[in-house]
Amino acid sequence: MKPEPLQGKDLLSIRDLSPGEILFLLDMTDSFREVNERDIKKVPSLRGKTVVNLFFEPSTRTRTSFEIAGKRLSADVINVTASASSAKKGETLRDTARNIEAMATDVVVVRHSASGAPAYLARDLCCGVVNAGDGCHEHPTQALLDLYTIREHKKEFEGLRVSIVGDIARSRVARSNIIALRKLGAEVMVCGPATMLPAEAGSLGVRVTTRLEEAIEWADVLMALRIQLERGTGTAFPSEREYAATYGINRKRLLGAKKDMLIMHPGPINRGVEMSPDVADGPFSVILEQVEYGVACRMGILYLLAGQRGEGGGGLAGDPPGKSRVRVAEAEDAVAH
Amino acid sequence: MREEAGSDQVRRTLRRLAHEIIEQSGDLGNLALVGIRTRGVTLAERLSHIIENLEGIRPPVGVLDVTLYRDDLDRAGGARTRLKKTDLPFSCAGQDIVLVDDVLFTGRTVRAALSALVNFGRPGRVLLAVAVDRGGRELPVRADFIGRNLDVLPDEEVQVLLEERDGRDAIIVRESPDFAKKHIPKDIAPHSSALEDFS
Repeated sequence: MKPEPLQGKDLLSIRDLSPGEILFLLDMTDSFREVNERDIKKVPSLRGKTVVNLFFEPSTRTRTSFEIAGKRLSADVINVTASASSAKKGETLRDTARNIEAMATDVVVVRHSASGAPAYLARDLCCGVVNAGDGCHEHPTQALLDLYTIREHKKEFEGLRVSIVGDIARSRVARSNIIALRKLGAEVMVCGPATMLPAEAGSLGVRVTTRLEEAIEWADVLMALRIQLERGTGTAFPSEREYAATYGINRKRLLGAKKDMLIMHPGPINRGVEMSPDVADGPFSVILEQVEYGVACRMGILYLLAGQRGEGGGGLAGDPPGKSRVRVAEAEDAVAH
Repeated sequence: MREEAGSDQVRRTLRRLAHEIIEQSGDLGNLALVGIRTRGVTLAERLSHIIENLEGIRPPVGVLDVTLYRDDLDRAGGARTRLKKTDLPFSCAGQDIVLVDDVLFTGRTVRAALSALVNFGRPGRVLLAVAVDRGGRELPVRADFIGRNLDVLPDEEVQVLLEERDGRDAIIVRESPDFAKKHIPKDIAPHSSALEDFS
């Protein structure tokens, strides 16, 4: 497996990426990390480019991360949140996005509660679209920063064992991570109460267990997911207290773990539910590293996607590489007819 | 393809450049070399080694990737180039810095390197050393130390081969229509010398 440049104009899902493209994005993350370690954490490469964060779901970490990433590249970053947008007035998603694009935007970062919303927009827009989480589908940038964090500590993915604990069925973080890890040769075990395990576990190529102890003992990396009450997880178990008692990761449960096991969490943590504070802040934890690398990871993605528009910018791209050619061809057809 | 210099000539050229750098720098203890990726770095390491042999002081060598400071991100493939790390193991503040690159052409790479450098502190003085100056400047940039001046056509590509990377030392010139296509923007007349570097 060798790194190979990103092909599409968008970043919509890990499923679309080849193993080489994933490695390419991890290498980009590595390079941008150096910028974040400087005294002056800013480079001029996206000066004059515009990035719009279009968030239809609440988010602090991901939105801030994209905003910082864009600003460190000198792009103008504009945040649009659903509660303050014309979506409240009944405008369709497509219209909102096309209006934003009409203002000569280079990249739109979309988070939406509907699976497939970013892909729907990407078909319609000439600018780059980044999926920052769509429903129960995927959260590709989270998986990329998770993989980068793992690689920093474990070097190789081949044969690495990663356990993911929590609401696997409804988690876009779990889905993106499982697909990415499998593409790079890691083994994955998912763990949670039966009501939270996906029906398609077999096709994802993962092991399944309902016993937390088994998932911990087996793992080189233990990834806990947030209990997402807003996504209907509440119906999957009787109470948070019972979940914590059975699947909460605490120090006692880690006794059987490998000595160099990593503990990860995509945040925000429900302390005392899926993870106890002493574990979240403990020696195995790389949770804040994940956040740190997230900025570098998103810088790489914005740099690649914003830099691909043809000269002149605005309107239809001159000759953008990848998928957007289809769009240009369509437009030419429309003119011809 | 023609060879403008063989390994002996390249070695002697670098030795002369090292002598010139020593002569020009007042305080060798305050001197640092910064190589522009990729071949500039190898050249900077060579020069540092020669200076150490001559004067007993080894100037530190920094690595600069100017990709993020380029002005041609929108050119086809601009953003698809692979970014590498910048690594300056010293503070630039007050330092005498010699930027090192293989071929000086339009001057745009040097412009980008200067923008990058000032982000790491305010250097005392910045000088430029290149193995080859092939002319064709698009910016008011000149080198302080020049290994060799070459007069070449716009569609000719100059390459500095280095033993560490290419197995031998040489300076070669070859006709390269691809090179011209890649570097002459569409909106500029074909006879223009608007070509870029190839690091």
